[in-house]
Amino acid sequence: MAEIIQEEKGKKGGKRRAKKQSTRIDMTPMVDLMCLLITFFMLTTAFSKAKVMIITMPDKTPNNPNEKQPEISKFRTLNILLSEGDKVYYYIGLADPKKPPMPTLIKTNFSKDGIRKILLDKNRDLFTKIAEYRDKRVTGKIVVSDTTLDNEIKRMKRDDKKGPIVLIKADEKAKYKDIVNIIDEMAICNIASYAIVDINSVEKDMLKTAPK
Amino acid sequence: MPKIKPPVRTPHIDMTPMVDLFSVLLIFLLLTASFRPQEAAVITTPQSVSEKTAPNEDIMTIFISKDGKVYFNIDNGRDTSTHFRSKLLTKIGEQYKITFTKAEISKFGTMSSFGLPIKDLKTWLNSKDSKEKEKLQTGIPMDSTDNQLAWWVREARLTNVGAEVAIKGDADTDYKLVKKVMDLLQDNKVNKFNLVTNLQKQEVTLKDVPPATK
Repeated sequence: MAEIIQEEKGKKGGKRRAKKQSTRIDMTPMVDLMCLLITFFMLTTAFSKAKVMIITMPDKTPNNPNEKQPEISKFRTLNILLSEGDKVYYYIGLADPKKPPMPTLIKTNFSKDGIRKILLDKNRDLFTKIAEYRDKRVTGKIVVSDTTLDNEIKRMKRDDKKGPIVLIKADEKAKYKDIVNIIDEMAICNIASYAIVDINSVEKDMLKTAPK
Repeated sequence: MPKIKPPVRTPHIDMTPMVDLFSVLLIFLLLTASFRPQEAAVITTPQSVSEKTAPNEDIMTIFISKDGKVYFNIDNGRDTSTHFRSKLLTKIGEQYKITFTKAEISKFGTMSSFGLPIKDLKTWLNSKDSKEKEKLQTGIPMDSTDNQLAWWVREARLTNVGAEVAIKGDADTDYKLVKKVMDLLQDNKVNKFNLVTNLQKQEVTLKDVPPATK
């Protein structure tokens, strides 16, 4: 790349003239330096900004004892249990040894046909409603702003009376990513109500006898 | 006939356009650069579909590494004159009866995440050897007898009232530990967390809904 100025030979005789100086500047060092700087900046720049997932937990301060807890239908409750090695189990209803029969624990996984299928099946009405609304917006049948869309989806979620109430319970061996994955599934399937709750001893026993 | 010899010349490439291009790139990168903050530990965040971006300022982050160490970081706030970090260190020092010198406080103000017991903080601030510094990073203790992380969170909440809380946990950390941190935050009246994740798109359409069984 560098220009090598060759001395022209073969001129015999004649007057000795002052050598003509080339006016070109050798830019190679400059290019080298720039390459270096660009590489440095490219490596140190944080291109992708970190994304966050917002979760809100219920306040821990003890409730007013006179306040009535909302009654939830047994059949709407979907319990998801997370355990060691990315295992996902679920059962429907309430596990209370005093009130047999006990629900059966079903094993599933985080794949597309795993827990997502079950959630979508349970949340069919709400999911279809939201998906259709979004479709309408994409195809241009309705023109709404982003905030209106968000509000409308929020309203749909609030008014939903059929979808599952998902209780997420992780045992001691579950990994952090399992919890993130499952909350993510909630977002994907547009689940209106879900909560992360502590696992109880009955469910721990259920996990012990669960299919491996 | 004598052959006509073309004069021998070295091929010369005009580098001006190249230099131009490089200058443009360089200027672009210089202007858009937001430096990756130096973090005390390597953390691989789990993936999610969330597209919300984390706030740049007014955020305190709790890092939970794979080996179970807990680190803490808080920024100086949107307004550079607030010096939240320096104020926080002075307060924590008062709490644990450690007086930090002016130089130590101002040095702490410019640093980022840390994960060490308060008693080692002075040594860490004055240490010049990076290996020694790394050795001191043993995680912030959070046992029930001496819950220093709780103190950091509490004082940070009092110093910067508007700060949000982010948890940056490694995908393979035990949930038990994350739960412990979340409980601790809830005890300090933080009920909204930002879990730092990596974006991974996933599309679910109406076709994915399984057919209704009747």
